[in-house]
Amino acid sequence: MTNKSATKTESQELLPEGWEMVIGLEIHVELATATKLFSPAQNSFGSEPNQNVHPVCLGLPGTLPVVNEKAIEFAARIGLALNCTVQKCVFARKNYFYPDMPKDYQISQFDEPLNIDGWVDLPVAGTRIRVERAHVEEDTGKTTHVGDSGRIHDAGYSLVDYNRAGVPLVEIVTHPDIRGPEEAKEYVDEVRAMVVAVGASDGKMEEGSLRVDANVSVRPAGSDELRTRCEIKNVNSLRSIGRAITYEAKRHVNLYESGKEPIQETRHWDEEAGRTRDGRKKEDSDDYRYFADPDLVAIDPTPEWIAQIAASQPALPAQRREALVSAGADSEGAALVVQRDLDSLVLAVIEAGGEAKRVLNHATNNLAIEGAEALSPSNFADLVKMEADGALTSTQAKQVLAEMVSDGSTPADIAAKHGFEAMDTGELEATLDEIISSSPQEWERFVNEPEARGKLQGFFVGQVMKATRGQADGKLVNQLLAKKANS
Amino acid sequence: MVDDAAHELDRDEVAKVAGLAMLELTDEELDTFTPQLGAILAHAQDMENLDLADVAPTHHPYPLVNVMRPDVVAEDAGGPELRDAVLAAAPDVEDNRFKVPPALGGD
Amino acid sequence: MSKPAPKPTATDIAAQVRSGERTAVEVLEEHLAVVADRESEIHAFNVVIADEARERASAIDAQIASGEDPGPLAGVPVALKDNMCTTGIPTTCSSKILDGWKPPYNGTAVDKLYEAGAVVVGKTNLDEFAMGSSTENSAFGPTLNPLDTSCVPGGSSGGSAAAVAAGFAALSFGSDTGGSIRQPAALTGTVGLKPSYGTVSRYGLIAFASSLDQIGPFANTVADAAAGFEAVAGHDPRDSTSIPEQLRPVTPHLSDGVDGMRIGVITELMGDGELKGFEPEVIAQTRAAADALAAAGAKVSEVSVPSVVYGLTAYYLIAPSEASSNLARYDGVRYGNRVTGVNTAAMNTATRTAGFGAEVKRRIMLGTYALSAGYYDAFYGKAQRVRTLIIDDFARAYEDFDVLLSPTSPCVAFPFGAKSDPMTMYLNDTCTIPSNLSGQPAISVPFGTGDRGLPVGVQILAPMLGEVELFKVAAVLEGANQ
Repeated sequence: MTNKSATKTESQELLPEGWEMVIGLEIHVELATATKLFSPAQNSFGSEPNQNVHPVCLGLPGTLPVVNEKAIEFAARIGLALNCTVQKCVFARKNYFYPDMPKDYQISQFDEPLNIDGWVDLPVAGTRIRVERAHVEEDTGKTTHVGDSGRIHDAGYSLVDYNRAGVPLVEIVTHPDIRGPEEAKEYVDEVRAMVVAVGASDGKMEEGSLRVDANVSVRPAGSDELRTRCEIKNVNSLRSIGRAITYEAKRHVNLYESGKEPIQETRHWDEEAGRTRDGRKKEDSDDYRYFADPDLVAIDPTPEWIAQIAASQPALPAQRREALVSAGADSEGAALVVQRDLDSLVLAVIEAGGEAKRVLNHATNNLAIEGAEALSPSNFADLVKMEADGALTSTQAKQVLAEMVSDGSTPADIAAKHGFEAMDTGELEATLDEIISSSPQEWERFVNEPEARGKLQGFFVGQVMKATRGQADGKLVNQLLAKKANS
Repeated sequence: MVDDAAHELDRDEVAKVAGLAMLELTDEELDTFTPQLGAILAHAQDMENLDLADVAPTHHPYPLVNVMRPDVVAEDAGGPELRDAVLAAAPDVEDNRFKVPPALGGD
Repeated sequence: MSKPAPKPTATDIAAQVRSGERTAVEVLEEHLAVVADRESEIHAFNVVIADEARERASAIDAQIASGEDPGPLAGVPVALKDNMCTTGIPTTCSSKILDGWKPPYNGTAVDKLYEAGAVVVGKTNLDEFAMGSSTENSAFGPTLNPLDTSCVPGGSSGGSAAAVAAGFAALSFGSDTGGSIRQPAALTGTVGLKPSYGTVSRYGLIAFASSLDQIGPFANTVADAAAGFEAVAGHDPRDSTSIPEQLRPVTPHLSDGVDGMRIGVITELMGDGELKGFEPEVIAQTRAAADALAAAGAKVSEVSVPSVVYGLTAYYLIAPSEASSNLARYDGVRYGNRVTGVNTAAMNTATRTAGFGAEVKRRIMLGTYALSAGYYDAFYGKAQRVRTLIIDDFARAYEDFDVLLSPTSPCVAFPFGAKSDPMTMYLNDTCTIPSNLSGQPAISVPFGTGDRGLPVGVQILAPMLGEVELFKVAAVLEGANQ
C-alpha cells in the first residue's frame, strides 16, 4: 500500500491538464472450496492437466449441476464484508462458444445476483467505492496456445485443460467511482484483504485466485459525464493494474485531443510491452442470450441463515484497523499493521502497557512478520517501557527486539548481555562538550548561522554516535545541542 | 432488433442467427428455413390475445429452492482413470489435453 | 395390420424369475429370438447388446441360486431410449454428432433399473435429440410401427414404443418433453407414462428441454408401466429439480377402481373448438372411454381448460430456447465427431453443420432467435407466462375433478412422409404438451381402434404427483378395453 492519496491530484498529475480518470473494476475471486461450484470434482491449483474433473464439469451429455453450499456461504461472506444486501438469487446461462467452456455456456447470475448494493471505504485515500453487485459464477478451463510465439494471434493450435472449469468465482463489480491508479490498487488490496479475512479465498493474484478487469474512461475534470469505456483484461498484479489504467487513460486523452474517440471494446494488457492491445473481435457474440438455468433452482437465503453467517464473520480489515486506532494507533500505521497481520500482537502489547506510538513504530518498521507470532506481548511491552524510560536507545531497542524474536529471551536479559545501558545525561553532556571543543569552527557556525544549523546538527549527532558507538539517545543529543547553542 | 413478435423474419436474420448458433446454412437451406421459422413464430402472435401483464413466468413446474450439496469430492471424480476414459473419447488430444485448431487463424 | 402374439408381461416375468420358475437367461433368449426375427424389419434399436445382456441375465440367475433377491424387475428384458447414458455402451441420441460416443457413466434411472434386476437388451432409436413425433428424424433411419410397417411408430421415443409393441423387450423407457412417450404409446397400442416432473431423475438423460424432459416407461400393461415407474422414480441429489418428497407407491392401488372419482373431459381437446385436425374415430374412442369410466362408477363431465390452446405456441418457444443452449456443447472439442476447420470457430461450425439434422438445426435456430437480444420478452418471456396460465387453469379444473381425460394424439399412426411440413408435425403434440408445460403427470392407455384398425390412445391427466389416481383410471380403462 502506498501513502499517496489525494486522488484528484493523482489523476490530474498523470493526465494532461483538464482531464480525470473514471474507473470501475471487476474483481474475480476464486473461492477456496474443496469442490467446484456445480460439480463434485476437486478444486485445487497446480494439478496435472484434466485431473480435477468429473462428468459434470466436463459438461458431458446428460450431466446436471448441483450448487455447492460452501460456495454460497463464502459468496455471502464476501457480500456481507462488502456491506452488500444478500438476497434471493437465480443462476442464469450466459451463452457463447469458447472451447475452454465445456457446455458452451457459462452458469452465472444475471438480473438476480446474490449480493447487491455494497461499498468499500478505502483506508488511505479515504474515499468510498460503491459496489454494484457481487455475483456467483463458474470459472472456465485453461487454453494454452501452442505456436511459434505462444501468442494467441499466431498459434498453430490450442490445448485445453478443464481443471479450472467450474471452479467457483465471485465477481465483484464496482460503480465507476475510482479516480486513479493508486486508488484502484488500494481498492484491490482492500478487497483482497477482505476475502482472505473471511476465509473465502487465498487471494493469490499470482495463481489467478484474484483477477482484475478494469473499465477505464476519461472525462473533463470535474464533469459528471460517463464517456466510452474500454475493458482491460489480463491485469495480473497490483503493479500492472496501475500501469494498465494509466496507459489506457492516456490513450483515451490522446484520442480525444487529436479529435478522435475511443471505441467500446475489450483490450488486453501486454505487461512486457507496457501497453494495451485490442482483443479478439467477437462479432455478434455479445448477444449472450441470458436465461434462467432450468437445471437449477433459486437460492433464497433465509434471514436466519444470513444472521448466522454475519455473526460468525471473522474480523474484517476495517474493524481491525478501527480497534488499533481506538487503542491509540494512527490510521496509516494501523493500516500497515493490519496489512502485516500483526494487529492482534500489537493490541496485546498495548494492553500489556506498551506505549501505542512506539509499539506501532516497531510493528511497522522493525519487526519481521515471520516469527513475530512467537513474541510474548509482555516482553514486548517491557522493551517499549525500557525504551520510553531511556534505558535503551531506539537503535538498541530494535536490536533487542530482533533477538527477542530469535531466542525468546526477555529484553532485560538481552540488554544486559550486550551491556546496553543508555548513557545518563551528565555522561553524554561531557562527551558532547569534548566534541564541541575539538570542532570550534563547526560550533561557531552552528550557533550563528541558522541556515546551516540543520546540516551541522547531523554532524554533531554523528560525532556523538561515533564516540559512544551508537549508545547515545539521538533525541537527547539534539536537546543538549539546542540548550547549549541558546545559552 | 425490435422488441416485437409481429416483426417478420427475413433471410438475413436467419443467417445471422445461424452464425450465433455456429451453424452454416446453404442458400437452399436459408430458402427453406426462413418461411418455416417464420410460420412457427407467427403462431407466437396468438399470445398477443392474452393479458399477461400480471402473470409471473414459470421457470420450473415444481417450485423448489435452496437445493444444494455438501462441499465433498465425489468418489467418481478426478484421477487418471476418468481422465484417460474422457480423453480416449475426444476427437483429438495431446499431452493429456484436448487439442483444437487455433483460436484465430485462416481468416 | 398383423395381430401380435400375446406377450409375456414384465410383472409375470419378474415373478417367475424370482420364484425360480424360469431363469432370466431363458426369458432373455426368448426375447432375443423375437429380436432376431423382426428387428431387421422394424429397426427399433440403435444397438442390441446381446452379450452384455446374457452376462447380466446369468448374474441374476446366480443371485437367485444363492438365495438373493435381484429386485422387483428380476430378469425383465428392458430397452432404453438412446438418449439415456449407459457406461461403455454407445449413446447417440440418433445423431451423427454423437455417433460412437460411449459415456463414462450411467444415468440415475439406468442405475436404478440395474438395481431392480432388469436386463438391458439395447438402446432404442429416436428422433434426433428427441425432436420429432415420428422417429423419421433419426440420423440412422426410421423405426417402423410393428402394427403396420407402412406407418410411423410416433416419436420421439418411437424405438422404445416399437420394442415393447414388437415383443423385443417386456418393458422400455423413453423421455417425454412434449409427448414423446405418450404419443408413440398411442400409435403403437402400448401404455406410456409421463411422470410428474421431478419424480424421475434427469441425471444421465441427454437434455432436450430441461424444464420439460421427463423419463418414463412403455409397457404392454398398466401394471407393467406401474412397476417400471416405481423402479426408476425417487429423489436424486444429482438432479437439482428432483422432488425430495417420498412418492406414494402406485401398484397397491391398481385395482382400486374409479367409483366416485370425478373425471373431466377437456373440452378444448375434443376437436370441436379452436384446435382442429382430430380424427373422428379418435374422438369417438375417447368418448367411449369416458362412458366406460362412467359405467365403472366415475362422475364424468366436460371441463374447459381454456389456455391449453396456447400450449403449442408456448412449447415451440420454450423447448427450442432451452435446446439451443443445451445443444451448444456439441462443438467437436471434447467428445463426438469433429469436422475440422482453420480455427476453433470454423471447426465448431463445420462440426455442428455436418453433425445435426434439419429438424435439430431448425429448433436450435428457433431457440437462438427467441432468446436473442430484443426478442426475449416477446417470445421466451411471454411463453413462460403462458405456462403459468396453463398451470392456473389446470388448478381450477382440479378443484372440481380428480383427473382429466383427452385423446393422446389427434390421429392414429400415419404413413411415412405424411407430415413433412414441420408445423403439421408439431400439431401432433397438441394434447400432450400442456402436461409438460405444467409438469403434471399423464398416461396414455390404448382404447379401441381408429382409422385402418390402428389403436387409439386415451390420455389421462392428473395434478402434480397424482400418479396413483392416474393408474387407478388407467387400470379401469385397460379392463374395459378387453
